[in-house]
Amino acid sequence: MAIPLDQILIQTVTGLVNGMVLALVASGLTLIFGIMDVVNFAHGDLVMLGAFVGATTVATTGNFWLGLLIAAVTIAVFGALLQVTTLRPLIGRDPLTTILATFGISLVLQKYAIWQWGPSARQIVEPVSGQFPLFYLEYPWYRILTALLSGAIIGALYLFLKYGKYGIWIRATTQDRVMAAAMGIPVPLVHTAVFAIGAAMAAASGVLFGPLGGVTQNMGFDFTLRAFIVVVVGGMGNLGGSILAAIFISLLEAYASLVVSPAQAVIVSFVALILTLLVRPTGLFVPTPK
Amino acid sequence: MSQRPDLAYWAGVVIAVGLLFVAPLVLPPFWARFATEILIWGLLAMSSDILIGYTGMVSFGHSAFFGLGMYGAAAALLTTKPPNLWLTLLYGLAAAAGVAAFVAFFATRLREIYFSITTLVFSQIFYVIIFTWTEVTGGENGLTFRQPALSFLGLGSLPFTATTLHWFVLAVVTISFLVLRRITQSPFGKVLQSIKENEPRTRAIGYAVERYKILAVMLSGLFAGLAGVLYALQNKFAAPDFVFFTVSGEVVIFNVMGGMGTLVGPVAGAAFFLLLREGFSRYFTEYYLIPVGIIFTAMVIFMPQGLLGFLKRRLNS
Amino acid sequence: MLLRLEDIQTYYGKSHILHGVSLEVQAGEVVGLLGRNGVGKSTTMKTVAGVVRPAAGRVLFEGKDVAGLPPYKLAHMGIAWVPEDRRVFRLLTVLENLRTGLERPGVTDQRKHALLEKVYAYFPVLAERRSQAAGTLSGGEQQMLAIARAMMLEPKIILLDEPTEGLMPRMVSQIKDIVHRLGGDGVAILLVEQNVPLTLDATTRCYIMEKGTVQHHASSAELRANHAVIRQYLGV
Repeated sequence: MAIPLDQILIQTVTGLVNGMVLALVASGLTLIFGIMDVVNFAHGDLVMLGAFVGATTVATTGNFWLGLLIAAVTIAVFGALLQVTTLRPLIGRDPLTTILATFGISLVLQKYAIWQWGPSARQIVEPVSGQFPLFYLEYPWYRILTALLSGAIIGALYLFLKYGKYGIWIRATTQDRVMAAAMGIPVPLVHTAVFAIGAAMAAASGVLFGPLGGVTQNMGFDFTLRAFIVVVVGGMGNLGGSILAAIFISLLEAYASLVVSPAQAVIVSFVALILTLLVRPTGLFVPTPK
Repeated sequence: MSQRPDLAYWAGVVIAVGLLFVAPLVLPPFWARFATEILIWGLLAMSSDILIGYTGMVSFGHSAFFGLGMYGAAAALLTTKPPNLWLTLLYGLAAAAGVAAFVAFFATRLREIYFSITTLVFSQIFYVIIFTWTEVTGGENGLTFRQPALSFLGLGSLPFTATTLHWFVLAVVTISFLVLRRITQSPFGKVLQSIKENEPRTRAIGYAVERYKILAVMLSGLFAGLAGVLYALQNKFAAPDFVFFTVSGEVVIFNVMGGMGTLVGPVAGAAFFLLLREGFSRYFTEYYLIPVGIIFTAMVIFMPQGLLGFLKRRLNS
Repeated sequence: MLLRLEDIQTYYGKSHILHGVSLEVQAGEVVGLLGRNGVGKSTTMKTVAGVVRPAAGRVLFEGKDVAGLPPYKLAHMGIAWVPEDRRVFRLLTVLENLRTGLERPGVTDQRKHALLEKVYAYFPVLAERRSQAAGTLSGGEQQMLAIARAMMLEPKIILLDEPTEGLMPRMVSQIKDIVHRLGGDGVAILLVEQNVPLTLDATTRCYIMEKGTVQHHASSAELRANHAVIRQYLGV
């Protein structure tokens, strides 16, 4: 059963696009984990909330970019409040507790979305319409734009972390939070800021993903699960690793859906996770520790 | 070691069992069924407590054990004629044991967070398989079947009524509780607790931690599967929804709310949650999870020892 | 009185490490804290730095009780901690390590520049390696970086914990010179060291700890002559 080359190439492009969106979600998650050892079970629900806020804004104003901005800012503020009220009291407790707490938050957020926006799905109209011929398909420009935007946001994050004074604060706190505090860095504030940044990135991916896959109340869990897999395969706390892993996993799934149904294609990500944990638990894309 | 807390404890257990025995005779059918469900979920919660409360491993995969127990029972009830109760139990436990062995293999290689994420992924793997393998599992719609009769080896059989089924479930759950309590109080149980408190030290002392973890997962999985069989018996259907992560999540809620590491706590947690759900859905309809979720999160932060732990502290002071 | 500890009791989990430590350091003084391994010297330093919270007792800095304040507030107040294992930020460059102490409220760009120049004058090797990752530096260079980093806080007191540990003799004398220079600059130093002769040489007075409290206190000149005490508390 030979699969035509152009189908494979189209799936490659789709995989790359999905991978970039997933990378945006996962980088927020891995950033948060790296700096405060919090596995944010509610991360996918932040994606979902961002998508809904974005959808509502776009519907009322007609402006996609405004929707993206407002979603990111709103969820960033929300994330900060969440961290201060529920996660800050848990610092120093065992990681089990933060998993449980963020799990509880996830439940509340999911049901809240249904309460606030009703059970039906939303749409986000894409900001650029139009397609270009990709082999035998008319491929929407928007998909390429999504990948580029995700990449741009991640790139901006990277630059922010590498240069700039707050980037130094964040990196120092990630490496040694006690010493960072001893150097005068306000660690609790840094934690809150990083959580807010992670939340903003999640919200942005929700809005970007909107025109691709719709906005539904249960999209959160899917994102959380995939993001977890990406973060483990890419190496917990490793930003570059999660990006590569996100693309890797999305490509695998895209190729798999050529032979099995999409519902089953998701198993390849699971298998990738299991193999990683068996063969190289620190992450497939992590350079071998010296 | 004073005798009085022990006496009070067992008195409490006897009273609880007594009340549950009488329940189907005095309660209206809806609440009688509810009592049976509390027992089943309570058993599931106890099985999870072995891992979370005693060994310190948070499993988000109990829905896999539960669901496979359910489907195993379904397999027995659909393929053997006439449907035999004991065979049903056997099939269900075997299926759950298979999954448990699979999970146990990974359990020993992963610590904390990675273990939890992996168990979550596993329950989803099984969910996808069951959901999509329609020919065998009935896919989305699940499987329906008939209840077997309560048969006494060669002495004849008696079809279940809601009341006798309830008593059967009560008997199974009570025996399970006694077995699990014996195990947790035994030297084996003490080692598990030592692993939870300080794994490196336990290993340093000389215990084969991996072996204990495997046994803990197998034990937990078996009793969770048993709960699945009981559920299949009560409701006469098996559906993929029960394998979905949500069930695992709810089990964890029972554990935290009731009090981890107490066995009885999780049962109380299950009862508490189910009652809250019943109560809240009168007022909040399907949004009951919002207040319940908030209560849960608040308990994780402020009352991590759960209801039972909280009560214990109050009684002690 | 710059720093005064009054009857500090500190625990690590259930272990009672400090059983009532009292000492004081004047502004600009270089004071030593001696004792065998495990008597609680580092824990005392950590308590002052705010890294560990005392269960009882007072930490008075410029007259205010600061026990229990988070470390970053103490850093802003002028307490700089150079820990026993240096703890440079390995993945940050030398310059970035220094900058962690520079970005404080109210510090102008000019002053930042001046501080960097001053530190490069003290430690020319750091100027050379400013773009290198701190993890690639040698042990002695990392020690210099740790001290330089503390200087970035423009501290009133530097808590210097075993700076010569694991260093070659040439580096040890370099550290001694730096301690002298810092003291000359008017910065108070509380120096924990296993190297007794170096400590007695660099400090004006010393406290000697044993079993979680201060057992002896004398000027360094006296101690230099008092072999019996040295042998009792510090002899192997």
